[in-house]
Amino acid sequence: MIEFNEVTKSYNVGTHALRGVNMQIEDGEFAFLVGPSGSGKSTIIKLITGELKPTSGTVHVNGYSLERIRKREVPYLRRTVGVVFQDFRLIENKTVYDNVAFAMRAVGARAREIRDRVPYILELVGLENKSRRHPRELSGGEQQRLAIARALVNNPSTIIADEPTGNLDPARSLEIMSLLQEINNLGTTMLVVTHERDLVERFGKRVIAINEGVVVHDGMDGYYRV
Amino acid sequence: MRINNFAYLIKEGIRGIFLHGFMSFAAVIVTVACLLIVGSFSALVYNVNIMVEDLNKTNEILVYVDSELSDAEARSIGTKLNRIENVYRAEFKSREQALEEFVADHQEDEAFSGVQASDLRHRYVVVLENNQLMEQTVERIEAVPGVAKINAAYELAEGFATLQNVLHIASMAVIGVLLIVSLLIISNTVKLAMYDRRDEIAIMKMVGATNGFIRLPFVVEGFILGMLGAAVAFFLEWTMYNALITQLAAVDTLKLFHFVPFTDLLIPMVATFVAAGLFVGVVGSWTSIRKFMDV
Repeated sequence: MIEFNEVTKSYNVGTHALRGVNMQIEDGEFAFLVGPSGSGKSTIIKLITGELKPTSGTVHVNGYSLERIRKREVPYLRRTVGVVFQDFRLIENKTVYDNVAFAMRAVGARAREIRDRVPYILELVGLENKSRRHPRELSGGEQQRLAIARALVNNPSTIIADEPTGNLDPARSLEIMSLLQEINNLGTTMLVVTHERDLVERFGKRVIAINEGVVVHDGMDGYYRV
Repeated sequence: MRINNFAYLIKEGIRGIFLHGFMSFAAVIVTVACLLIVGSFSALVYNVNIMVEDLNKTNEILVYVDSELSDAEARSIGTKLNRIENVYRAEFKSREQALEEFVADHQEDEAFSGVQASDLRHRYVVVLENNQLMEQTVERIEAVPGVAKINAAYELAEGFATLQNVLHIASMAVIGVLLIVSLLIISNTVKLAMYDRRDEIAIMKMVGATNGFIRLPFVVEGFILGMLGAAVAFFLEWTMYNALITQLAAVDTLKLFHFVPFTDLLIPMVATFVAAGLFVGVVGSWTSIRKFMDV
């Protein structure tokens, strides 16, 4: 579960990125986070992943209180939150298999677990036949699938997708969103940050709209106005 | 940390060296160059110091024996003199030997033509271990029964002592500066290598890797590169040193210079190179990675 209570975040330069944000995303829920550039979306993601601490208010993510989390606890928080980025952030010199296995090794998984789990996840995202390829040999959509596989492999309870379709054509965007929905159907909480109104409206899920650091809309109908 | 994870991290460290071949090569080359500079200068200073010490040993003390003593009594003093602390060597010279040397030195001077052996005294030529302690040692020699007079060049000894002290301080300062400069250069090279891999580090952080897990392959890599740099520098130093002293020996027909064999420098050189290699490799990668861990 993700819960923000009266969260403010100010940067040293005097910017107030968030001004009293309240929101709650339940386990297993699918939500879109929308808003123009500079509205505070990235700050929300950084607060959820423990990159930042709130200036005031409380942030609870999967049982961790982010306002008082210790530095050494942050890796364990991050194991509960998979992140997918617009620019994929894959390791170019590792194969598809190794990009996913790397994420499991990073959290101390056993070799046997890795051998069992990675093929299953690659099959889930439709990359089972490309496990020996390198990222540069994949299309944009496939690279994003690989990034999703990596985010998913450690079985996080939440996935944050930051503009996951920003670099893809409409057909591939739809595929990726459908994949994220399938993953959500398996029980993973999904928070998708996007600019793409068409996709948001098409999926008809909960939409949290933010502007100038304030939540301006939170509704279930897939429509919003910022 | 599980054994299989540890083995994986070691393997990753080794793999990283080959994967980032150019940066690894650059780090080793910079380490080799810096260690060679420091090593060569240290070897030079060590040799110059030994040459000054050898020169210092030519500053002999003349100990004259009481002329009332018999030859046997005069010779027996030598045992006592050689037992005095800081006496490197006390060599007996009879009045006859002294006359021979005197005549040889003054053969063209008629004023000394009538000098007889009986005019001279038996004497000892004393060489000290450390001429800086000349005054105290001379006091001990004076206390030996049968010693009549001592000729010691205190000013020359002080001159040598000053020269050695200046040389010591100057060389330590230069070696210190060279070491610091070398560490800065190597540390920057390691930082560049880290910068090259910042995305990899960021991804590891993102998926929940602990700092220890992220650091270990880099530290292993730093360790191997540091040791490799130290080993290459050591063998290059050895080869260059031997080549240099062979060349110098060929041109130094007057035998003015005496360089110690490299085997005499082996242990300090190995210790310095290994310590420096370890330090720059492990500490360099450990501290450089910190900057990229803060995400």
